[in-house]
Amino acid sequence: MKKRVQVKKGVQIKKESPQLQKAIFIGSAVLLALVFVLGIFLYESERLDKSAKAAEQNQILLAREHAPRLGPADAKVHIVEFLDPACGTCREFYPLVKDMMKANRDKIRLSLRYAPFHAGSDNVVRVLEAARKQNKFWQTLEAVLASQPYWAPNHKAQVELLWPQLGNLGLDFERIKRDMYAPEIDRVIAQDVADAKALNVTKTPEFFVNGRPLPSFGYEQLKKLVDDAVATAYR
Amino acid sequence: MNTIEPEGQDDSLDSAWVLVFLAWLVASASTLGALFLSQVMDIAPCVLCWYQRIFMFPLVFILPAGLFPFDARLVRYAFPLTVVGWMIALFHVLLVTGVVPENISPCTQGIPCKDQPIEWFGFLTIPLLSIIAFSLIGLLLLSTYIKASK
Repeated sequence: MKKRVQVKKGVQIKKESPQLQKAIFIGSAVLLALVFVLGIFLYESERLDKSAKAAEQNQILLAREHAPRLGPADAKVHIVEFLDPACGTCREFYPLVKDMMKANRDKIRLSLRYAPFHAGSDNVVRVLEAARKQNKFWQTLEAVLASQPYWAPNHKAQVELLWPQLGNLGLDFERIKRDMYAPEIDRVIAQDVADAKALNVTKTPEFFVNGRPLPSFGYEQLKKLVDDAVATAYR
Repeated sequence: MNTIEPEGQDDSLDSAWVLVFLAWLVASASTLGALFLSQVMDIAPCVLCWYQRIFMFPLVFILPAGLFPFDARLVRYAFPLTVVGWMIALFHVLLVTGVVPENISPCTQGIPCKDQPIEWFGFLTIPLLSIIAFSLIGLLLLSTYIKASK
């Protein structure tokens, strides 16, 4: 009889504390999640602040003379795109940016900068720059992006797989292979990589519209930034 | 004597619960911290970091399973994960400090494990945080085991 009372008492204590334990557990879980979300919020707002300031201070970095450009020089909206030829999202954004330029005829100019973050991607940049010397930059870029899955299996750019994809562009391959390791191309890549670092570009594609970075990544955000810039510049 | 014993037992059960709960807090904070570094700050995890994650992330779910209702046997399930995670973290720390030469490390391609993007207060690197977390969890689980087997 005595023993039974004992057990009952034990059960009672156990019954009470789980409520408290559950409350502590759930409370901590919620608190951790809140801290996490707050951390994201603070970090992102600081990052945005920093990159907006950096872009403001570094208009020179965004207006390098060597960058390949598209669109009229007097267009008031200037998009600077940091692109990695081996990056799948860059591939998907390329036609979207072109459509934007078409929709706002003569109001947008585009400068392309390189951010060859993928392994082997710098060699593809070299091919692009060498093709540029033959005045076939944009055709080559389009062919390179279109055939990306063939020459960049497993996100590794392999330039030897790229050659057959550029067959019908009329490029002089001998010249490309000679030109692609020229010191001026080294300089272009080094400059772009250094500028990307200075501008806090860590992912591709990254866009700056009249010096302003995307608030967060996405097509809608880019479109809004461009539309706003066009509306302000051509009101 | 008879009336004191169950209360004492209940007390030790309670403190064992708190120990496991603290271990869970450490594991959850580490997991969220790791996710913050990779997903928010865009610091790509290297191979060794991934292996440490493999042994840290499950603790967030395994430990609560032993908390409600409290089951001291959870130490048997959680401790092996902690020990292996701790060993990988130790290897990573030794690699970063240069005790282990880089050429025998498994991270020859991709993100180098030796380069440390973060050095808080001049010494606190990510692998160091990891080994601290694994050590804390290991010690808490050991104390739980000792408490529960009394």
